[in-house]
Amino acid sequence: MYEKDGEKYFIVDSHMHYWNAAPSNWVPGAEQYAKGWIECFHAYQGLGPAETHWPIGKFMAYTEDDLMKDVFEDGYVDVAIFQPTYLTEWYREGFNTTERNAALGAKHPGKFIANTRWDPRDGDDGLKKLAENVDRFGSIGVKLYTAEWNNGSRGWTLKDPAAYRYLEKCQELGIKNIHVHKGPTIWPLDKDAFDVSDVDHAATDFPALNFIVEHVGLPRIEDFCFMATQEPNVYAGLSVVIGGLMHARPRFFAKVMGELLFWVGEDKMTFGSDYGIWEPKWQIEGFVDWDYPGSEFDDYPRVNTATKKKILGLNAAKLYGIDVPEEYQLGAGEGAPAARDDAVGVSSESPAASPA
Amino acid sequence: MTSALVGSRILAALARVRDPELDEPITTLGFVASASVDAGGTAEVHLRLPTYFCAPNFAYLMVADAFDAVSTLDGVRHTTVILDDHFASDAINEGVAARAGFVRSFEGEAVDELDSLRADFLRKAVMAGTDQVCRTLDLPPAELAAVRLGDLSESEALDRLRRRRRELGLPAGDDAPLLIDPKTGAPIGADAVPLHLRKARLTRTSLDANTGICRGMLRHRYPTDGQGEGALP
Repeated sequence: MYEKDGEKYFIVDSHMHYWNAAPSNWVPGAEQYAKGWIECFHAYQGLGPAETHWPIGKFMAYTEDDLMKDVFEDGYVDVAIFQPTYLTEWYREGFNTTERNAALGAKHPGKFIANTRWDPRDGDDGLKKLAENVDRFGSIGVKLYTAEWNNGSRGWTLKDPAAYRYLEKCQELGIKNIHVHKGPTIWPLDKDAFDVSDVDHAATDFPALNFIVEHVGLPRIEDFCFMATQEPNVYAGLSVVIGGLMHARPRFFAKVMGELLFWVGEDKMTFGSDYGIWEPKWQIEGFVDWDYPGSEFDDYPRVNTATKKKILGLNAAKLYGIDVPEEYQLGAGEGAPAARDDAVGVSSESPAASPA
Repeated sequence: MTSALVGSRILAALARVRDPELDEPITTLGFVASASVDAGGTAEVHLRLPTYFCAPNFAYLMVADAFDAVSTLDGVRHTTVILDDHFASDAINEGVAARAGFVRSFEGEAVDELDSLRADFLRKAVMAGTDQVCRTLDLPPAELAAVRLGDLSESEALDRLRRRRRELGLPAGDDAPLLIDPKTGAPIGADAVPLHLRKARLTRTSLDANTGICRGMLRHRYPTDGQGEGALP
């Protein structure tokens, strides 16, 4: 919970991690990738305020105590959603698996939601494992990492028929939320690695599922926005947007937020700290204080307290069925969190109303 | 010709190589770690990128373009371009040196050369450039639809927009409309102008934000300036 100027914010950190990237967890022969990966993450941390930077040693393997303090004690978070990233070709026990996350969650009841994952290249075994994980950990969300390496393959797309089998299975198992990471290196390499058109297809064909595009398709925000504005079940996951831009590039941050508010709308944007890349504390404090820095941003949608309450927690709470106490709810006339037909998306000025 | 002279011409040649995604010279982006030529005319260029996992397709284009730019200089007999510290360094360096093309350099992982990828990003550059030019005009949408390139006063932004359009084979002469579909070259009708401008602005925002992140990551990875980084684009 965060309180500022008499307003109370219920905070759901909808995208965070508990990873182990210590050298003892590197796969022999793949050390350069394991090392390259965590150093790349560490460079992202460099985009946050200097006083929140960690030495690489801590960054590779922060402890449970670090996490509980940074996220809950100091970081205002009410509920945190683990998004697993396996990368088992590079990390022996995985980078952060459903099991590792859920084991921490079990020690702190009510604090965490453990999402799971799948990879269509795992075939029937993967389908079984998915059902097991849902049964064991109660997952209603998955994190998909289409750029993951797997037995010589450098990635996959949601358009693959094999992926459709898994999406069907998700519906059958009661999974509601599909978080898709658009990251580097996806097969085939001659195509745009950040192409979001596969999400477009899947979102159209699986209207009952919610697709949360993490990092809003950065660096192709425009492709993401053109797609999201046409798909009522596509959401913008703000991990990296707040952490990577708000401090380091405040004017670009303002523009990106303005564009997302216009094309996607405040009901369909969710906060994620991306911890341990960035601590949530400075992101939440900064975002609650944030407004456009000047009149040149006047033609973007306005932000107010209700906007921030939705983005910081109420939207994700709705997607995950988290009970939010009355004192944090919106007042009458402040809109409905996570509404699929967003107010921006249906006005006559909106892109959705125009033939795109 | 002295090697110092050729050396400065190498930087000038590299300044014409752009990151196809960010639409900026690799020199001003700080991607040129070193560029030198010895008395015998052997040139060696080292490039560096913001992360170990930067997209290999764009990386390949930059290394190949740098090779082409340097190897055609007078006085350069042998050229080596090396991408440092990247997960695909070996495949890219060897592929470019052997002039193998992208598909052969990444056998089994790519089916096409990168021309259409480059064109996609040039179209984005055209959209972003359209925003840059329109922002200075302050005209209502209906009037913008009627504006031709020759109606506008010369500026760096306009010149750049014309060059990007020419590269795509799109109309870029004085009688060409300012607002065109970057795929077909068809003029944008007055009704479609507001959405077109919104898209142009969004594309520019995305490009600027991406460049900002890349610069921040590069600075974290390499605290020193790249060769030619201080030069104007």
